[in-house]
Amino acid sequence: MRSRRVVITGCGAITPLGINVPQTWNALLTGGCGIGKIKAFDPVGFSCKLAGEVGPYKFRDYLPKSYRKAAKLMSRDIELSIIASDEAIKDAGVTTQATDPNHITIQPERTAVQFGAGLISCDLLELAPSVAVSLTDGMFDIHKWGKAGIESLTPIWLLKYLPNMLACHVGIIHDIRGPSNSITCGEVGGHLAIAEAADVISRGSAEMALAGGCEAKVNPIVMIRQCLLKRATSASNDDPEGACRPFAADAAGSVFGEAAGVVVLEELESAQKRKAKIYAEIIGTGSSTNINPVYEHLEADGKGIEIAIKKAMGDAGIMPGDLDLIIPQGTGIPQDDAAEATAITRALGDVVESIPAWPIKSMMSHTGAAAGTLDVIAAIKAISESRIGPPKNCEKKAEGCRLKLTCQDQERPIRHALCCGYTFGGQTAAIVLKKLEGGS
Amino acid sequence: MTQRIVITGMGIVCPIGHDVETMWDNLLAGRSGAAPTTIFDASTFPTTFGAEVKDYDLSRFINNPKLHEYGNRGSKFVLGASVQACQQAGIDVETDHPSDGIDRERMGIYLGAGEGSVDNDAFFAAIVKGWKNESNQMDWAGWAEVANAKMTPYRELEQEPNLPAGHIALLTGARGETRSCLTACAASTQAVGEAAMMIRHGRVDIMIAGGAHSMIHPLGVTGFNRLTALSTRNESPQTASRPFSATRDGFVLGEGAAIVILESLDSARKRGVPILAEITGFGSSNDAFRVTDMHEEARGAVQAMRAALKDAGVTPDQIDYISSHGTSTTENDSIETLAVKTVFQEYAVKTPISSPKSVFGHLIGATGCAELITCVLAIRDQILPPTMNLHDPDPALDLDYVPNKARKANVNCIMTESFGFGGQNNVLILKQFES
Repeated sequence: MRSRRVVITGCGAITPLGINVPQTWNALLTGGCGIGKIKAFDPVGFSCKLAGEVGPYKFRDYLPKSYRKAAKLMSRDIELSIIASDEAIKDAGVTTQATDPNHITIQPERTAVQFGAGLISCDLLELAPSVAVSLTDGMFDIHKWGKAGIESLTPIWLLKYLPNMLACHVGIIHDIRGPSNSITCGEVGGHLAIAEAADVISRGSAEMALAGGCEAKVNPIVMIRQCLLKRATSASNDDPEGACRPFAADAAGSVFGEAAGVVVLEELESAQKRKAKIYAEIIGTGSSTNINPVYEHLEADGKGIEIAIKKAMGDAGIMPGDLDLIIPQGTGIPQDDAAEATAITRALGDVVESIPAWPIKSMMSHTGAAAGTLDVIAAIKAISESRIGPPKNCEKKAEGCRLKLTCQDQERPIRHALCCGYTFGGQTAAIVLKKLEGGS
Repeated sequence: MTQRIVITGMGIVCPIGHDVETMWDNLLAGRSGAAPTTIFDASTFPTTFGAEVKDYDLSRFINNPKLHEYGNRGSKFVLGASVQACQQAGIDVETDHPSDGIDRERMGIYLGAGEGSVDNDAFFAAIVKGWKNESNQMDWAGWAEVANAKMTPYRELEQEPNLPAGHIALLTGARGETRSCLTACAASTQAVGEAAMMIRHGRVDIMIAGGAHSMIHPLGVTGFNRLTALSTRNESPQTASRPFSATRDGFVLGEGAAIVILESLDSARKRGVPILAEITGFGSSNDAFRVTDMHEEARGAVQAMRAALKDAGVTPDQIDYISSHGTSTTENDSIETLAVKTVFQEYAVKTPISSPKSVFGHLIGATGCAELITCVLAIRDQILPPTMNLHDPDPALDLDYVPNKARKANVNCIMTESFGFGGQNNVLILKQFES
């Protein structure tokens, strides 16, 4: 057991399923779907024309007046992280410089901010006019770029695209000055940011942390990359709702999207002292890596995931049979799903056949660095409300997959939940959550 | 029960050397790594020079470079640095059957690593094809046609900042806790710090920690030039990085990778490997001020320095040397000096502080760990690396910056600091190992 126990007392999200946690959670419970034809740009020419996009939002509503001029420094990833942070802080029932400047309840120097962030791709529409003034005979000319091209770009261009800026802006808005990190582990950044923030609190470097993951993947560069890597499905452009099929026999690839998820972590005693609502305790975390020269896929036996799960379960000190819910990565990429299912089964044994597994990307889409945090949010909501939603698009389970993807009884006590994930490039993670005895 | 954290291996690939000893010789002699840019044609850019890693040959370090052929510059550099560090620490690489007795699941990786360059030709050609000047719109079909034809999956994947860590996993078989972070210029100090915490609290026995980054590519230099962060002393690249000088005009963009092997004292003793130094303190903070500027009273820097001192259980008078962030930008060097004065009080002027960036440039994500390595060597050889090009001292900056010449000194305990663009600050304390 950790010397200082860490609990989750707040959550915030902006996702393809809703602009806050209640909307998102309701959609997950009812089998909603946030995937549709890409609106951000015309996807003609892209093998996958689908994405999970966040609906319209009024960003100014989430920015303190004094900080509105900084909006021009922000990419969409940063905007989403600010929106989800606002909800998480309010949900936790604490106040900051931004939410109530006359009555601040957080300790700025003892609060951490740790975000998983993606490789933020630049806005091509912003860059293109500068490229257009750098042509010779219709070809890009770096000599012209070095003068006219550079001069025509906004001076703060680079700042929008540095992945650490999510945590920096959120820190500025809420005056959070404790330890701060930006985990850039692709699609497992959301898990790892939470795991590290829990350690930061546990070791005494902070009392509270804002932790999560945010990524806006609906950018032509990101999308073409997923198409080129054949990770995005090209089989379902006419059937958005059926496109992402985790662990299913008829899966053909994933669908990518944008979202942010943020949780508030807190040392148990300080949370109890202020009578906070406690969603769940983080009792175990683990991470490892896949080893595969084909970096875009898992190794066939998913060994790196198996190790991460075993580490997290060992850290938690519980047995596989104690688990009541598994939220796996479940991308809909057949070979990765097969490897992940194998890894989960090897880590937990035969009991996987009786533990409900609830992959949510079929509804949410694959939101990159946000994905792990959204999984954790789904898990803590399931724990605190004692229910999960129906698995979507998993009716025909892939051969060999032993995960329990059909759950008849969706209202049931959930004492322990496991979230696990992985990314291209190798890193893996697992988090074990527990309902706090006595509740709150 | 907590574990003491020791360093048992080091490796570096940087503009002034592709191994630790060459780097150290050049650093002590003040031989700069800066020169006109060759990686791409920067002849019309505001800044036409940088500190490049030149003539780097990965096959000097590994038997099967083919396995890593698509690696970005950072990935290739970090493989060389990792091999050096692993060899020194007795860790087998490039084998499925290591005989070093190390449990791979108890050995992890933590990098502060940066993104790879975009695939420039394809990237720009797609924009040229798609952009419609008359309507100020992108024809995405045209863009996608070129992108689909010219971009390749692996070049695209290798732009992701977590790939260098994947290459190290493949090289070493390490399966313990693995992470990659990118807190701008503080990234590899943070990576080493958090990796050290994992060892202290028993999550792992060994961590391969450090950083890798190259931003010497057209969009990288564009971004920094636009922010006027880079020196434009194009006529004299080797004297351009002049931290703490009155005539400093920006940093010199470098590239490279640096790796240390961190290990619990128990593990190092059990394996019988030489111990190079001990890490005793780590502090991290967020400025929470502006993403464009450091706090004018150095609030975040001061907080991180104090947190690291407290963590190490030492007071400023016990610090023999400060390895500065010292970027050679007007703002950093002033605010950093203020931070040292605030934390060290009367000991500030008595504590030597110097900037290796005056010689090897600013390695961005990799810079913190590169500087940490120079600290370990300073303890080993009892000598302080110089701040070069400090001929016109800034009258407002009055610390002992070890100007222009390496200096013999008694060095037992060192503070090394990194302040990331945007406001994330990280500080480490290391000391000579004493059992």
